[in-house]
Amino acid sequence: MDVAVSVNGTVYERDVEPRKLLIHFLRDDLDLTGSHIGCDTGNCGACSVIFDGKLVKSCMLLAVQANGAQIETVEGLSEGDELNALQRAFREHHALQCGYCTPGMLMSATALLRDNPSPSDDEIKTALQGNICRCTGYWNIFEAVKAVAR
Amino acid sequence: MLLREVDYAKPASVAEALALLAADDGARALAGGQTLINVMKARAASPDALVDLNGLEELKGVDLGADGTLSIGPMTTYAELVASAEARARPILGEVCSTIADVQVRNRGTIGGNLCSNDPTNHLPPLMAAVGAEMTITGADGSRTVPASDFFLGVYMTAVGPGELLTRIHVPAGRHDGFAAVTLGVDGTCIVNAAATLDGKLRIALGCVDAVPVLVEADSVDDVRDAVRAAHLDPPSDVHASSEYRAHLAGVLAERAARQAVG
Repeated sequence: MDVAVSVNGTVYERDVEPRKLLIHFLRDDLDLTGSHIGCDTGNCGACSVIFDGKLVKSCMLLAVQANGAQIETVEGLSEGDELNALQRAFREHHALQCGYCTPGMLMSATALLRDNPSPSDDEIKTALQGNICRCTGYWNIFEAVKAVAR
Repeated sequence: MLLREVDYAKPASVAEALALLAADDGARALAGGQTLINVMKARAASPDALVDLNGLEELKGVDLGADGTLSIGPMTTYAELVASAEARARPILGEVCSTIADVQVRNRGTIGGNLCSNDPTNHLPPLMAAVGAEMTITGADGSRTVPASDFFLGVYMTAVGPGELLTRIHVPAGRHDGFAAVTLGVDGTCIVNAAATLDGKLRIALGCVDAVPVLVEADSVDDVRDAVRAAHLDPPSDVHASSEYRAHLAGVLAERAARQAVG
């Protein structure tokens, strides 16, 4: 099926099989490998992207469902060659170790701060509930998000 | 994971969706996909075609009637229901939906999908049974509206037949509700859950203990444990809980939900 999908502001027109998951479309067809596949069962959140303004797990959507949609991925966060404030906060707070979960964490935190620039501690924790990290124990990720909350 | 080959259609109306579903025995409705896409990966379901209900505005939204009845479109997401001012007329709905899985799943997963998948560990079948919800099912021959007791038929089975769709959920007015669950982790699958409504008597629906929600009634909170015992539950055992422990939890959680309902 022919689809036209906007990813980080660029419209990509492709022919995709209906069975292709959105995460595979992003990674394999568009070569946007920032979004990761962790569990492939909808649990880990490493594939999280923003889909028409809503945070979703891209392993539980079909690429054809993104036809006409606006997708935002981790590749869209930086400001030119500079990390954005949230990315810098992750670096400064040692909020990543292996980095595998980081793209999903960044997108979840981005979605949170866009809707709610001044989240409470509990709201930050709830916002990151769908993202699993096996290295950091979460605390430094929490601290990084808190640092850029107003 | 690569899915098995599947056709895909995105109808522009409920009528078109019904026609697509009726024309192909192997077609399945795709709601939020937060269960279906995963079971397709595992090949536990292998539909030949998906009829995507996303984008059908007539299946979305929450309306509050003059008599306090809430009319919920089945394609309303958990997040949309939590954010709905109308849905606050029955606060338990938003309270429970806000505890299902995580932000990402709540942004895609739908009320109708939760009901129609009718996994015995889902949150919403017992909740809808307790609050006395009715479901409107639409097919080629028109619509019918059934109570929860006639809607949930078995594990993964509902009264929604081939070529039909759940098109509306009706929740009567009321505020005296409760819900309690023991889950795998804070946002995980329910091991046992219980929903309670004070409607003259206490009506309690128990989840995860049988193929469909088990209804028990009690005159007061003090009678709830006895009422659950009298139901002679024989829940399944699995790695998370033995049958005996599930039966024990059913009494504990029924009482907790009942206390919230009368509180």
